[in-house]
Amino acid sequence: MTLSSSISSSPSSSQRSSQHSLLQNAQRLNRSRQKLRDKTVTLAHGSGGKAMRQLIDDIFVSNFDNSLLSPLEDQARIDLAQLMQMGDRLAFTTDSYVVDPLFFPGGDIGTLAVNGTVNDLAMSGATPLYLTCGMILEEGLSIETLRQVAISMKRAAAIAGVQIVTGDTKVVHRGAADKLFINTAGIGVVRSQVSPAANRLEPGDMILVNGELGNHGAAILIARGELALETDITSDCQPLNGLVDRILEVCPEVKAMRDATRGGLATVLNEFAQSSGVGIQVEERSLPIREEVQGVCELLGLDPLYLANEGKMVVVVPREKAEAVWVAMRSHPTGADTMIIGEVVEAPIGTVVLKTAFGAGRIVDMLVGDQLPRIC
Amino acid sequence: MKYVDEFRDPQKASALLQEIQQISDRIHTQRQRPLKIMEICGGHTHSIFKYGLEDLLPPTVELVHGPGCPVCIMPKGRLDDAIAIATHPNVIFTTFGDVLRVPGSEQSLLQAKAAGADVRMVYSPLDALQIARQHPDQEVVFFGIGFETTAPSTALTILQAEAEQVRNFSLFCNHVLVVPAMEALLENPDLQLDGFVGPGHVSMVIGSDPYTVIAGRYRKPLVVAGFEPLDILQAVWMLMQQFEQGRCEVENQYTRLVEAGGNSVALDAIQRVFEVRDQFEWRGLGSIPESGLKMRSPYAQFDAEVKFDLPGRSVADHKACACGEILKGVLKPWDCKVFGTACTPENPIGSCMVSSEGACAAYYKYGRLSTQEKLPQPKRVMTAVH
Repeated sequence: MTLSSSISSSPSSSQRSSQHSLLQNAQRLNRSRQKLRDKTVTLAHGSGGKAMRQLIDDIFVSNFDNSLLSPLEDQARIDLAQLMQMGDRLAFTTDSYVVDPLFFPGGDIGTLAVNGTVNDLAMSGATPLYLTCGMILEEGLSIETLRQVAISMKRAAAIAGVQIVTGDTKVVHRGAADKLFINTAGIGVVRSQVSPAANRLEPGDMILVNGELGNHGAAILIARGELALETDITSDCQPLNGLVDRILEVCPEVKAMRDATRGGLATVLNEFAQSSGVGIQVEERSLPIREEVQGVCELLGLDPLYLANEGKMVVVVPREKAEAVWVAMRSHPTGADTMIIGEVVEAPIGTVVLKTAFGAGRIVDMLVGDQLPRIC
Repeated sequence: MKYVDEFRDPQKASALLQEIQQISDRIHTQRQRPLKIMEICGGHTHSIFKYGLEDLLPPTVELVHGPGCPVCIMPKGRLDDAIAIATHPNVIFTTFGDVLRVPGSEQSLLQAKAAGADVRMVYSPLDALQIARQHPDQEVVFFGIGFETTAPSTALTILQAEAEQVRNFSLFCNHVLVVPAMEALLENPDLQLDGFVGPGHVSMVIGSDPYTVIAGRYRKPLVVAGFEPLDILQAVWMLMQQFEQGRCEVENQYTRLVEAGGNSVALDAIQRVFEVRDQFEWRGLGSIPESGLKMRSPYAQFDAEVKFDLPGRSVADHKACACGEILKGVLKPWDCKVFGTACTPENPIGSCMVSSEGACAAYYKYGRLSTQEKLPQPKRVMTAVH
C-alpha cells in the first residue's frame, strides 16, 4: 500500500473578497517554510497532511530551491522559447536508483540519482536542464539520512548545472521498500546537427573511454562490507555533460556516446556492435583499469569489463577525428585519463573481440544474469 | 599488478610457445595424430579461454577440457535434494553463487528462491555459519561443493560450529575427489589422452604424490600447474619434454604453492570431519566408486542428509545433452546438438553451460572466435539504455 501526495500543494482557490485578508493571512502561514522536528520517517510523512508538508519544505524545497520549483504547483512549467534557442529536439529520460548501501566511497544514492540522469541526457548530445525527483521512503528511515541525500542531490545538481523542478514523495510500510528509492526523470535540449546513436558505427571508427573502468562496481562491492576488504577505491560517480560539451566542440559528427553503467564497458560495446551490425576490436593493453580493481576482480572471479561505472562514457568517432577528440577529452577534468581503446571493424558482425596482451583474441560477450545485485 | 603480471608476461609466453612449437615439430615427424592434453581443473579451463591459449598453441597440441568444474559434475538428483531442503519452511539455504543457476529436474535454486525459498549467496562457509548465529530460530544449511580445494574450509567450518555448539547449522555435503574421477576417465576405452595438466589448488591440499597412480598404473604423465597463463604454458612445455624424452612422471610446475605431501593441516581437517562415500554420482560420468565425501557419524548433528528427509532420486540427464561426453573429452561442445541453440548460458540444459568454468559456457563465452564457423551466429538482441 502506498500513501501519496506530491511536493506541490497549492492553497484553495475559492477566495471571497469578504474573507480576503483572513485568507491571505492563512495563506502566508501555509506558505512559510515548515520546520521538521521528527527524527524518522513515518507513514504520516506520506499522508498529504502537515507532516508531509513539513518534510517537503524542510528537506526538499529548502535544498532544491529554484524559481520553477518555488510556485509549488503540481508541475513545473518551462518556457519553450528559451529551450528552442538551444537546439532542435528535446531529450527526455528516466531512471530509478535503488543502490545498496545508500552511502559509499565517492558518492551516495543522491549524487547517483542526479548524475545518472544527467549522463543519460548528455549521451544524446543534449544539454541537460531540468530533473524531477520521485522519492519512495521506507517507514523508519532516518530523517538525517534523507537530509544528507537531499543535500547531495542539491550539490550534484549545482555541479552539473541542472535544476530539480518538481517531485513526488511516497512513504511505504516498513519492509515494502529498502530504506530509500529515488526516481529522477530529466529533460535536455539536443543541439542541432548532433545525433549520436548506437546504430551509426562504421568500420574504421575509433573508440575512446574517459578513464578507469569498474571503480563504481568495485567500490559498492567493498562498501557492502561482506568481503572484509579494505581499499581506497572510490566510485567514479560524476556528471559527464561538461565532457560531452568538449567532445562536440571538436566533433559534432560524433557517431555514438553511451555511459557504461550497469554491465560495464563490455555491455555497451556489445550493444553498439549489435545495433550497427559491425565488429568491435579492443586492445586489452589500452584498457585503463586500476590495480586495486583488478585485484578485487582476481579475488572474486569477476571481470572488470562488466563492472558498473557511474562516470565513464564510451565515445565512437570517425577515425580522422580520434586524436582531436582524445586531446579535447583529456583537457577536461572528467576525461583526464581518456584512452583510445579500440576500433570498429567489419567482422565478425555483432561481436566484440578483445586482443589479449598475448596476441590471442577472445570474445567479450553480453553478461548473462547479474555479476552483482543492485549496484546503481 | 604485483605478483600477477610476472605470470602474464607476453614475451615469456612467446618464448615458451616457440619452444612448444619446436618440440611438437620434432615429435610429429614420427606421429600423425595431435597430442591430447587434458586439464582436469575448471580453473585451468577458465584461464585457457580467458587468455586465448588454445589459439596460441600449435594445432598439433590439443587441449581437452576435463570434468574439473564441481558445479558441472553435480547430478540433477543432488540439486533436487538441495531444492527440497531449501523449500523446507524455516530453512535458510546458503550456497556459492555459481550453484544458483544450475538446473535440477524441475527448477534451479534461483527459481526456488524466486518462488519464495530463502536462498542466499555466500562467499565462504563461514559466512553461512555467521548467518546461523544471527538466526538461531532457523536452520541454516550450507551447500558444500568442490574438490579437495574447498573441502578443508567446509570441514573447518563444521569444527567451528561444533566448538561453538551452533545447533541450527548443517552441511549438505557434495564434496568430490579428483584422483578417483581421473581413474574412472582413464578406464574409459574411448578416451585417447596423452597426459594431464594437474589441478593446482587441489594439489595445494593433497600434494602431488597422489597422482603417482596416474603416471604409474595408467602411464600418463602429469604436471601440476598454477592458473596464470605462463603457468599453464610452462606445464604444457614440461609435458612436451616428457613426451619427447619418453618419460612418464608426475612433475610439479606450481612449486610456489604445492608440496609433494600437501597441506597437513587441511588434510587433517578433511580427515576429521569427512569419510569417503562408497559411490557418488557424477553428471555425465555415472557413479564412481570412492569419489565423494560424506560426514562422519560423530558430526551427524551437522549433516543435512541426516536432518532432512531427501528424495535422493537419480535423475537422467536430458537426452540431447552431451555433457557426459564433453566432460570425458570425447566430444567438443560444438559437437553437441543443443549447444548454442537450445542450450545457452541464459537457458542451460546441461550443467557445462552454467558455470563459467564449464567447457560449454567457456566456449560459448570466449571460444566462439576460433570456432565460429561451427556455431550458430549470435542473435541480434534489443539494446537497452540505462
